[in-house]
Amino acid sequence: MSLLSRHAVFERNSILLAVGILVVILIGGVVEIAPLFYLRSTIEKVEGMRPYTPLELVGRDVYVREGCYTCHSQMVRPLRDEVERYGHYSLAAESMYDHPFQWGSKRTGPDLARVGGKYSDEWHVTHLANPRSIVPQSIMPGYGFLAHNEIDAKKIANNMRTLRAVGVPYTDEQIKSAALDLKAQATPDSSDVADLQKRYPRAVARNFDGDAGHVTEMDALVAYLQMLGTLVDFKLYSDKADLR
Amino acid sequence: MEKQEIDVVTGTATTGHQWDGIKELNTPLPRWWVWVFYATVVWSVLYWLVYPAWPLVSGYTRGLFGYSSRANVAAEITALHTLRGEKAVALASASLEEIEKNPALLAFARAQGKAAFGDNCAPCHGVGATGAKGYPNLNDDDWLWGGTLPAIYQTIQYGIRSGNPEARENQMPAFGKDGVLTRDQVLQVASFVRSLSGQAARPGADLGAGKKIFADNCAVCHGEDGKGNQELGAPNLTDRIYLRGSDEAAIIDIINNGGGGVMPAWTGRLDPATLKSLAVYVHTLGGGK
Repeated sequence: MSLLSRHAVFERNSILLAVGILVVILIGGVVEIAPLFYLRSTIEKVEGMRPYTPLELVGRDVYVREGCYTCHSQMVRPLRDEVERYGHYSLAAESMYDHPFQWGSKRTGPDLARVGGKYSDEWHVTHLANPRSIVPQSIMPGYGFLAHNEIDAKKIANNMRTLRAVGVPYTDEQIKSAALDLKAQATPDSSDVADLQKRYPRAVARNFDGDAGHVTEMDALVAYLQMLGTLVDFKLYSDKADLR
Repeated sequence: MEKQEIDVVTGTATTGHQWDGIKELNTPLPRWWVWVFYATVVWSVLYWLVYPAWPLVSGYTRGLFGYSSRANVAAEITALHTLRGEKAVALASASLEEIEKNPALLAFARAQGKAAFGDNCAPCHGVGATGAKGYPNLNDDDWLWGGTLPAIYQTIQYGIRSGNPEARENQMPAFGKDGVLTRDQVLQVASFVRSLSGQAARPGADLGAGKKIFADNCAVCHGEDGKGNQELGAPNLTDRIYLRGSDEAAIIDIINNGGGGVMPAWTGRLDPATLKSLAVYVHTLGGGK
């Protein structure tokens, strides 16, 4: 019997076949997954990345809930045309606090990885409410109802605790003051803004939806969009440093 | 292993089992299929050698040619800059006046500016720079912050109320909301403002009273004659070009609630050559001073 017909042994013995499959998958798993935990180039070391503020986090949840990822990616690929259009290609570190990540695999609309600061808050609010009022050729649906949905600040602390359980480094202090920070970020003249910015460097506090007094999902989504791509300081980033 | 049994009809070996008297033929895989399978195995070994593949203790195999998508994109962008040639180099170092005087450079900057405008400016100002409610038309000669080339360049670089320390800043006060003017006074001054551009006043409106309110509250920025002041970004109220609508309701809304739009700062997001190209492009759209 030739070597190549030895597999008949596996085909005639189901237990042996199951053990064989397990061994092959284990080898594949160890080779593909284990290195991600010890190779430094898996997640680059960058300056400026921080967990999302409570308001940005709510905005991210709205983004996921409304399925924005089905049309918008958040990953600038290392290709000439994309770097020319959107800016520096995305780094893994920029998604390291995303659970799940929003890289996306389809672009009906433009990539949003670096949309922060590109448009005014007013533009975002008008555009989200009725995209065609401002970009006539757009096929995006309207999301005007977000401006009427007030955020329940009580829920956000549990959300942060859950994220901490999967590895996002929220501190006890951040979780304790979640409701306060949520309100402060949408209330620019509040005295809590300084504390917010101490807890979350480079957090921007503005009345994002132009509706003072109410913290709505529109505030949250615009705060999230305006933060995208603005955290990492690329002046301090060297793509050589992490090649290991 | 027992001796192989050959099926009489097909001449093929059987598996040796039988189920209710039915025997299964042990037909071998087609040779071509088997060879393709072996070829893929060989291919994967070559792939491991050529491309980054296997993780090691403190790194990974680099592949024979050191392929890296990040290094590739850096090389491609360098090649792109070379492709754009001398004019791009000249554009990066030229001043705005030099670009204006050199027709070849001007044409190049306009072309580059048009491309950058489409991606970065058109979402607000429109594909043809015709503007929208709250976003100025850039084709006309009515400018809020000045229509000279340096003024446009300044606006594009640092934006308007953008949060950038160099940004253009002003604030239309909320005269109604903050209780500076009463409801009647707002109506009177709105009628007067509309009369400045020859629009019909509200029946029974006291234009004289409106004029007085305007002189006391508005003239500081908009000027005694209502012609505005580009130093302060105060719009000219005597033409019929209105950023947020010329009807009475729109004007009352602005007097009541104040405010002003935001234009982002583009310095840092776009490179200096692109910023200059955009300034030149917008300046040559038709309304440049």
